[in-house]
Amino acid sequence: MSVLRCFSFSRGALWCVTRPHLQECTPTSRRLLSAMTQVVPPILSVTPSRALVDEKFKVLVENLPPGCPVTVRSLHHSEDKDDWEAYGHYVSDHSGVVSVSEDLSYGGTYTGKEPMGLLWSMRPVPGSRPGLRLRKMNVCTPMLVTVSVHSGHEGFRDQAPLASVLTERWYMAPGIRRININEQGVQGTLFIPPGPGPFPGLLDMWGGGGGLLESRAALLASHGYVSLALDYLGFDQESENLEFKYFETAFNIIKDHPQVMPDRVGIFGLSLGSLVAVTLAAYSTIVKPCCIVCISCNHYYPARGSTVTSKFEGVTRQLSKARVNEDNQVIWKDVALEFITDPSNIAEVGRINCPTLLVNGCDDQNWPTVETAEDVARLMREAGKEHLLSRLAYPDTGHLIEPPFSPHFRATTFVMRSSKEKVILLWGGQTKPHSDAQEDSWRKILSFLQFHLYCSPNLKAKI
Amino acid sequence: MDRKQCCVKLSVQPSRGLMDEKFIVLVQNALPGSQLTIRALHQCEDGHSWEAFGHYTADTTGTINEDPSIHGTYSGVEQMGLLWSLRPIPGSKPGLRMRKKNIQTPMEVTVSVYQGHQTEGFADLVPLSGVVVERWYMAPGVRRIPVTEGGLTATLFLPSGPGPFPGLLDLWGGGGQLVEYRAALLASHGFASMAIDYLTSKFTMKTGKMVDNQYFETAYRVLQQHPQVCGSKIAMIGLSFGTSMTLKMAIYSEVIKLSAAVCISGSHVQPVEGSVEEIMGFFQKNAGKTRFNEKNEVIWRDLLLPISTDPSLKADVGRLQCPLLLVVGEDDQNWPAQESALDIKEMMARAGNSHLLTVLSYPNAGHLIEPPYTPHARSSTFKTVEIQEKVMCLWGGQTVEHFRAQEDAWKKILVFLRENLYGGRKPTSFSHL
Repeated sequence: MSVLRCFSFSRGALWCVTRPHLQECTPTSRRLLSAMTQVVPPILSVTPSRALVDEKFKVLVENLPPGCPVTVRSLHHSEDKDDWEAYGHYVSDHSGVVSVSEDLSYGGTYTGKEPMGLLWSMRPVPGSRPGLRLRKMNVCTPMLVTVSVHSGHEGFRDQAPLASVLTERWYMAPGIRRININEQGVQGTLFIPPGPGPFPGLLDMWGGGGGLLESRAALLASHGYVSLALDYLGFDQESENLEFKYFETAFNIIKDHPQVMPDRVGIFGLSLGSLVAVTLAAYSTIVKPCCIVCISCNHYYPARGSTVTSKFEGVTRQLSKARVNEDNQVIWKDVALEFITDPSNIAEVGRINCPTLLVNGCDDQNWPTVETAEDVARLMREAGKEHLLSRLAYPDTGHLIEPPFSPHFRATTFVMRSSKEKVILLWGGQTKPHSDAQEDSWRKILSFLQFHLYCSPNLKAKI
Repeated sequence: MDRKQCCVKLSVQPSRGLMDEKFIVLVQNALPGSQLTIRALHQCEDGHSWEAFGHYTADTTGTINEDPSIHGTYSGVEQMGLLWSLRPIPGSKPGLRMRKKNIQTPMEVTVSVYQGHQTEGFADLVPLSGVVVERWYMAPGVRRIPVTEGGLTATLFLPSGPGPFPGLLDLWGGGGQLVEYRAALLASHGFASMAIDYLTSKFTMKTGKMVDNQYFETAYRVLQQHPQVCGSKIAMIGLSFGTSMTLKMAIYSEVIKLSAAVCISGSHVQPVEGSVEEIMGFFQKNAGKTRFNEKNEVIWRDLLLPISTDPSLKADVGRLQCPLLLVVGEDDQNWPAQESALDIKEMMARAGNSHLLTVLSYPNAGHLIEPPYTPHARSSTFKTVEIQEKVMCLWGGQTVEHFRAQEDAWKKILVFLRENLYGGRKPTSFSHL
């Protein structure tokens, strides 16, 4: 048995010990190995070391012995105090280099040539609580990810890393201003890009999970949009009219902002948030969004006269009849499909008069977004509005389509707002295709927003 | 506001970078063929404002990307011109030099696009677009550790990770102070770097006495014994008077065993047996050779000229046992770095160790060869520890060539350090610099 291999004194390269040999280490070779820790380790770099969360990085390991099996691993300690990790198994080339952007991972949480696999394939470390979801609530600080390189493939976690670096993933670009909004009854957070403006604006809403998620609005501001992350679920508005007014007021707060172009304000919604987007675009006589983006679209709008919140509660109460799979995960999609087959339960999307982008996953287990998207297309076509609609549908993709490189969660814990009951909701999707969908859709969403909010064809024609 | 131009999009990628990393400035959505000015503005720690700008013409798609600046503080295709050509705004105090003291926060630069070809009065103009760019000396995870052990006034910067890392002792010149930015940047590249104040240390300020040779040996020992430092791989980097100390330690110290030495803008001329104090005194003795240019700026390069033939007055570079990288600006008006480099070359050729020597010599570069994109100061107010009054010191160099020298030298310094301290081939991870 040879414990130590690939060493060159003149180059000062690292002793490389593969895991099976380590187990067979004699006391002598273990002493030798610890003496060798005085020798200089491999060089790991992540470039850029500070980036926005939707930007790519290059992970490079140099100064390894040639043909050396290593594992490159990422580790993130979340705000909820859970540990998330991803890793790929690699073998260095003849010059002792592993390039995550160029080389194939032979196994781990991702395989193949995946430059960003260390982020999108992250999952809770073994032994974690079940049903976790990764969400950054404080967007003023970066997400810290430690990238490390370990000897060997199997059992790589058992040894200290050979090298590690810290990389920062930011939601807010430098110069972005974050402002708490609490005016005219509206609550949310406004993000304003640096520079004089004026800028286009976006009203940003997440789904039925509640709470105020700022991550996407911060990121949109980093792309040049004044964005308002709107808190809308906790408010128990008295009536549908008042609630509708809430959304209209929120929209106008953006529109009337001195640094916003009033005719360039759009709406961005995910899940329940997309229902708000669609109904504002279809029914409001006061606000005229320039365009809307609906991820995992929901157009279920029964019982006129009730608020979105109470509609949602009503829905979730009915969904208690929902199917539970063998992993005890709740699937809402099928029951919800029954709700939306009744045309009187559907928002009149044919009334929408602005460009609309629908993004959904074909493996959405939470809401029948595939059928919804088909339905919206049909209704808009019947109303002669087909030219306004663009659709992106992704195979093996679930409900929670987030900005790129966010980890995929097939199922997570969800607290029912009224009953406080904890269930595990199945969102759907398979990690790799879901992550590809996040990356592809984000690029296309930004392009859609840029086209309609920054350089509309009308503007060009005047020149 | 001209509505047609109000959607101009400006981006600088990356928006957060290390001080020595390149960025790409992109302007989109401008009117095709329109004249635009891209300007950088930075307010430094002492409150002074610095600016740089270039004049551009948008192409047929309304884009400015890798295009030449027709005129401004830089011209031609200059990706980093907005940084390296930064200069104090009109009306500023003369003799300013940009040096960041607090390296734990980034340098913030506001980059903006203006309509037309503007050269002044920017404060009264409303830009079409603006972004903020952060330039960091410390990579994420780099740890800053003040060192007072053994009477030292120093700061250690450790790269992130378990280590062990090769070590570096970092020395600046006759102005003294504890200057941290280069050590912080070197730690960001994987070297455990200790910036040392050896002229205005707490000991010197308290006792009025200069430190002795042991001070440097203590610094070496502290670095060597650190559990995260690879004790057998330590190098030293010195600029100006820091070169004198580096050569002294590299050649004569029984304790300090360097794997490599980098000497920037310095000389080997010094009384070989001299203490720090005596060496400074030696320079002072020649103060009569000080010259002044037409602007009354001080030229000190002649103090050590002509290069002595007396062996007791030159560090014996023939005895060097480690690789030496000399960085020389040929327009250095402060030290005779070029003449010294030639003499060092001759001495090492005679002694048979010139295989250890690499000389990087840059035409029209001045004395202050700093990390890249640090603005060039041809002269600035300066106070050495010997002369208590401030003078306007001429450093030399022409801005464009000086910037190119800084950029090229830094890359080569990193490769030199990497090869001698880490071993291995030419690194690929510096391609973004």
